[in-house]
Amino acid sequence: MRKGPGKITGEALRHVFAKPATISYPAGELVIDKNYRGRINFDASKCIGCKLCVRDCPANAITIDNLGTKEEKKMQLTLNYAHCIFCCQCVDSCNKDAISFEPNIELAGTSRKDMIVKL
Amino acid sequence: MVALFNILVFPGFIFLGVYALLFEFLDRRIYARLQNRMGPPWFQPLADFLKLIGKEAVIPAEADKKVFPALPIFALAAVTTAFLYVPIWSGNSLLPFSGDLIVVLYLLTIPTLTFFLAGWYSTSVYATVGSMRALTQLFSYEVPLFMALLAPALLADSWSISGISQFYAAHPLYILINIPAFVVAIVSCQGKLERVPFDMPEAETEIVSGTFVEYSGRFYAVFRMAIDAELVVVAAIIAAIFLPFFTANPVVGFILFVVKTIIILFILAVFRSVMARIRIEQMVKFCWKYLVPLAIIQIIVNILLKGVLPL
Amino acid sequence: MAKNLVIPIGPQHPSLKEPACFTITLEGEKVVNAVVGTGYNHRGLEKACEARTFIQDLYIIERVCGICSHIHSTTFCQAVEELAGVEITRRAAYIRTIMAELERLHSHLLWLGIAGHEVGFDTLLMYSWRDRELVLDVLAALGGNRVNYGINTIGGVRRDVTPELIEQIRKVADIVEERNKYYIQLALSETTLAARLGGIGKLSHDDAIKFGAVGPVSRAAEVPDDIRVTDPYAAYDEVPVTAITDNHADVFGRTVVRVLEIMESVKMIRFCLDNLPEGDIVTKVPRKIPEGEVLIRTEAPRGEDAHYVRSNGTDKPDRVRVRAASEANWHGMKHMLEGDYLADVPIIIAAIDPCYSCTDRAIILDNHDTGEQSVTDWRSLREYSINWYKVRGIDTSKIKIAYSPLIF
Ligand code: SF4
Ligand code: SF4
Repeated sequence: MRKGPGKITGEALRHVFAKPATISYPAGELVIDKNYRGRINFDASKCIGCKLCVRDCPANAITIDNLGTKEEKKMQLTLNYAHCIFCCQCVDSCNKDAISFEPNIELAGTSRKDMIVKL
Repeated sequence: MVALFNILVFPGFIFLGVYALLFEFLDRRIYARLQNRMGPPWFQPLADFLKLIGKEAVIPAEADKKVFPALPIFALAAVTTAFLYVPIWSGNSLLPFSGDLIVVLYLLTIPTLTFFLAGWYSTSVYATVGSMRALTQLFSYEVPLFMALLAPALLADSWSISGISQFYAAHPLYILINIPAFVVAIVSCQGKLERVPFDMPEAETEIVSGTFVEYSGRFYAVFRMAIDAELVVVAAIIAAIFLPFFTANPVVGFILFVVKTIIILFILAVFRSVMARIRIEQMVKFCWKYLVPLAIIQIIVNILLKGVLPL
Repeated sequence: MAKNLVIPIGPQHPSLKEPACFTITLEGEKVVNAVVGTGYNHRGLEKACEARTFIQDLYIIERVCGICSHIHSTTFCQAVEELAGVEITRRAAYIRTIMAELERLHSHLLWLGIAGHEVGFDTLLMYSWRDRELVLDVLAALGGNRVNYGINTIGGVRRDVTPELIEQIRKVADIVEERNKYYIQLALSETTLAARLGGIGKLSHDDAIKFGAVGPVSRAAEVPDDIRVTDPYAAYDEVPVTAITDNHADVFGRTVVRVLEIMESVKMIRFCLDNLPEGDIVTKVPRKIPEGEVLIRTEAPRGEDAHYVRSNGTDKPDRVRVRAASEANWHGMKHMLEGDYLADVPIIIAAIDPCYSCTDRAIILDNHDTGEQSVTDWRSLREYSINWYKVRGIDTSKIKIAYSPLIF
């Protein structure tokens, strides 16, 4: 192997007309795997209010409230996206499959209030 | 009136400014494409410039209140003046005179000196180290660069850029003789323009941004402009001396100028993307060990050939 | 100029990705004295762990380091499993190993890019980070996130590898291997790179042992210390591992070790995929962990990582101590920096692949002469800052700061 400066030149020149590896965001097309952890979804009808998810959430991002009565439950999950670290431990902890996630990562907001959502 | 137009609009101040921004864009875009990136959109340099103009310009408490803001203007003025002696649309520059090559070379030294002074007067440690480096570097690349540009002049027997251009346009084959000088010029002007591998005075990862570390707002914007303009001027001089092809038609001549300078820019951009920044002492060694001897050989060859070749 | 110039590299500096302060005394461009100052990034992680359950700690521990996150959570999980007396299934062990090696790929590719950037070789940075992106994608597909994958859980792993994923991993491994061959060639033949990396940041064999260096730093000085070989964990007892060593003992040697390790990791990933055992991926672990204490060592991309966990029989740990790899490597830093040029300082610092916040713990100042110890707590720091600004005509005492009950 001969030594010398500028060994990467050939490789660099080859790339001038190649397709760039980057995309222009947000105009370009995002490729996100379907297993990627993003937005949290909640199915109130399945929830029994055991609060396992609240107990296991490392970021204390979840609160579960019962808006209905004891017999006729109407569960509500309040999620603080600013605290949530998208670990999805809540999804794993819930025995009733009431919480799920989807690979949606465009969740930015402009105020802290926007980040607290009632699901 | 015409003179004023020439100096202010074309090919003077405004044209140089616009062309410099275009050059910065092309440089960044080519650099990005060489690295398999998208690169910035065309208005990015302009946007950066405007943003910097709008920002607060801070003068450090320890810095000299008069010299500090004046230095960027000096740099830009020197570069703009130099541009007036470079041929653009034909073999002749705007104000050619015998010996303008030397004047241009000295005018191009002024920005480097202002960089040095800028670093020195900002009194920050990073800037001080940067300015020492800028000066050390100046003594290394300046000699080979001068010699590389003077060697073709010797053969052409003219000390004006326009004269050299016209000579080589008349004898196109003689350009081939100057190929070593061309290489030396390309390499050492990387030092002049403070680009990788010779960007130690700025060396972002080592001394933040060296000489310019205390500059902000419009002062920095003018400095940036001066650096971009210097890139244009250097590319134009190299194009005029080493690629002297032009036509009588000013429009075609101008297009030719654009093409030639972009080719030089491309070479410069490739050059900066394929190497690591070397250390200052390695650079001094490299310049004096390889570039200077090569340039001297070129000069000797050109002097000898001058006696032999039918001119 | 007889006066020496003192240059602070940090706390804010473009070449440092996190705050730390290196006070460099220069004679010309030569470094004559270097003082390493860390501690700007104390996050109180260990204390936070004590206030949460083991399950919650998993995610805190994973965030000790952004790059070698998997290895930290693996270490913690192993510690808890050891305390609980649970053996994870072989399949889980293999998946952890695959993740660990993928993580090593991405960490070393990242380092290669950083090294290129520190010496002004941005093209190398862009290329190696582009290739690293493939690894991150497969990590995201497998774990669920680009960094902090969150695949580990106490008692196994949370996600299984599917046949499609295996295909994807194989493909990425092939590409990375191909690209890495090119980088090895480049590192060995490019003169500007060799000129910048060779001969700087020397840490000889004896010094590496004396300063307790770990990982690629020590392996570049021919200290064959690799926990995967010396104290196998996860599936490393079955996977063939070779500790890569080199005799350059400088930054160039560390580069060589890292690029060669990428090749090794690719081989290991292939081996794991070929020999992936069938079975469950998670074993049930009780929430309350029996009393006891345990120290677990693993090999992070940066070197040996050690976790100490003590349990008091509840669902919360009594004490968690994290010794990240960079912490061991800081000790030799002063020695490495002195005698080299200022221009080399960033790359020498980068060559240990430092993680500042993984390292930073509460600091006790120890006065060597009097033997006095002093600790500055949060409140007195705040008082100090208020006074500092008051002298300069700014009153900051009105700014409300939420004191976390966890800290006090
Ligand atoms: S763990 Fe599931 S069922 Fe229980 S409270 Fe949470 S969402 Fe509802
Ligand atoms: S994803 Fe993690 S942090 Fe977010 S709510 Fe669920 S458990 Fe809490």
